[in-house]
Amino acid sequence: MANPNKAKAERGFMRWVDDRFPATQMWQEHLSEYYAPKNFNFWYFFGSLALLVLVNQILTGVWLTMSFNPSAEGAFASVEYIMRDVEYGWLIRYMHSTGASAFFLVVYLHMFRGLLYGSYKAPRELVWIFGMAIYLALMAEAFMGYLLPWGQMSYWGAQVIISLFSAIPSIGPDLAQWVRGDYLISGITLNRFFALHVVALPIVILALVVLHIIALHEVGSNNPDGIDIKAKKDETGKPLDGIPFHPYYTVKDIVGVAVFLFVFCAVIFYFPEGGGYFLEKPNFEPANPLKTPDHIAPVWYFTPFYAILRAITFSLFGLDAKFLGVIFMGAAIAVLFVLPWLDRSPVRSMRYKGWISKVMLVLFAISFVILGVLGVLPPTGARTLLAQICTVIYFAFFVLMPIYTRLEKTKPVPERVTG
Amino acid sequence: MKKQLFALLFALVPLCSFAAGGEGVHLRSMSPDLENQASLQNGMKLYVNYCMGCHSLEYQRFSRAAEDLGMPQDLVEDNLIFSPELGYNDQMHKAMSAEDAEVWFGKAPPDLTLEARLRGTDWIYSYLLSFYRDSERATGVNNVVFPAVGMPNVLEPLQGVQEKVCAASDHAVGDAELDPLTGKYQSCETLQVTSPGSMEPKEFEQAVYDLTNFLAYVGEPSKLHAQALGPKVLIFILLFGIIAYFLKREYWRDIH
Repeated sequence: MANPNKAKAERGFMRWVDDRFPATQMWQEHLSEYYAPKNFNFWYFFGSLALLVLVNQILTGVWLTMSFNPSAEGAFASVEYIMRDVEYGWLIRYMHSTGASAFFLVVYLHMFRGLLYGSYKAPRELVWIFGMAIYLALMAEAFMGYLLPWGQMSYWGAQVIISLFSAIPSIGPDLAQWVRGDYLISGITLNRFFALHVVALPIVILALVVLHIIALHEVGSNNPDGIDIKAKKDETGKPLDGIPFHPYYTVKDIVGVAVFLFVFCAVIFYFPEGGGYFLEKPNFEPANPLKTPDHIAPVWYFTPFYAILRAITFSLFGLDAKFLGVIFMGAAIAVLFVLPWLDRSPVRSMRYKGWISKVMLVLFAISFVILGVLGVLPPTGARTLLAQICTVIYFAFFVLMPIYTRLEKTKPVPERVTG
Repeated sequence: MKKQLFALLFALVPLCSFAAGGEGVHLRSMSPDLENQASLQNGMKLYVNYCMGCHSLEYQRFSRAAEDLGMPQDLVEDNLIFSPELGYNDQMHKAMSAEDAEVWFGKAPPDLTLEARLRGTDWIYSYLLSFYRDSERATGVNNVVFPAVGMPNVLEPLQGVQEKVCAASDHAVGDAELDPLTGKYQSCETLQVTSPGSMEPKEFEQAVYDLTNFLAYVGEPSKLHAQALGPKVLIFILLFGIIAYFLKREYWRDIH
């Protein structure tokens, strides 16, 4: 529990508050006396940016909800109403739609940072697992949000993904129907997705973000050298390589925020469709259950997993290809949860790991991007083969990790951070 | 500098867009110009006169178009609103009833508010220029960009009668290869006006440009506002970023 002798304002209003609520104590523990390593680099901007985008999504989402009509009859028209008749509705809507893509972009970079510097390794396993739970909830949030504009791609994308449940043997078809609430995607599905998208999942995500940060602040931030800054402290007990998060990282993150916002706003004002990747063209046509689009592609941030799903074109152990694809797609995400226990290396950071780890990480990142590109394109024989190769690399990175991280020769880790 | 930054951003954004129907057909390129009010006004005039009988602009209000395209209310009310049921603040609904449309065309003509965002302006522009006489079709015409199209060539009085002939064309046609000597494409699929309409071919292309330009505006009227607001926001963020950078440098001076 909080130390009653510590962290209270001397007098005045804050003293009054502090006697009743640990405001000053929380401020100190999480900002002004939270010691972060002083050698954070470029990769460390994306956590605070993810928080910024989350706030953006919540605020713009609240305002969109004020004018959106969650019914099969009115959803599409109400989006156009927001775009045309609501004051600055177009801006709010583009901030929200571009924000969805931006969210995944910063989260992917944030996760890559974790892989790069071993931020998932002990004692940060729970930080990583809470983070993965956020990512999972975020995928559900984005998937359900994408149905709401009720365009052709909203409808058919949801149709494809929900039909994956029906691939599960015996309970599949009933499960898919239970998720849809109908025999096919309908206004009922739209209504429940709306409820989950605007109420249930944001609460889950916010709670998980709090857990993610509490767990992080309990163990302290990792750094590009992957060394423990708490091991070397000065006479007052402050880490020698640590600096208070506020003001040092708050002012630094604000610079990152400015750069991010510049790019983000340039997209909002000049390329809100993101070349057909942020807003897909078929979504400018209202959902039509009787007309299947020629080519159904999920939004870009799901395409690596969609490519893995489609790469499984064969049956195995009596499981048909579609179900096997679903298993592999699920496994591709599930395997990330156990990552802290797959890495047996004595060092955290890629800087001091051996060459096999470096090669594997590069191959993994490249195959993830290739899978993402393949997931957008219609499949051909050669593309499916490439997707299969990339799927093998994707899984090899994780499955072989206990072996190569133990075998390889690591470099000595310095005592103090190297900047 | 600003232009270079925009060019850089432009290069960073993936530009590859999805194919929207008519695969393998050469589309004539057309870049909308939302600053050209004369073109947009002419496009709206053409739309109201030739298209709105069958195609609604379900989400576009007369009043919004009038404001954005710089047209006074009385002029719009007197010249562009034909139906007594429609007022200045109403959306641009078609004259034909949906039931009649089903009977006459087999399928109700689609709403065109978002057509430019769905299919792209190149497609609309090329489509409107690609009708040709085909005696096997019920309407007497077919379309290169949209084969077996249900829509008659309503712009024929302006364009004249266009037919497929064996001739040289300035634009890519079918599989024809570019003749390096003439700089033209020789093909028996070439479209040519064989009996003139009320407009010269160049004049007609301009009219189709204006009409497509108007549909580009209708697809995203907020674009005009975004382009007006964009530079202000970006300059603000830039200045904010510069100040933030110097603030960061000042704070970090004592960190070694």
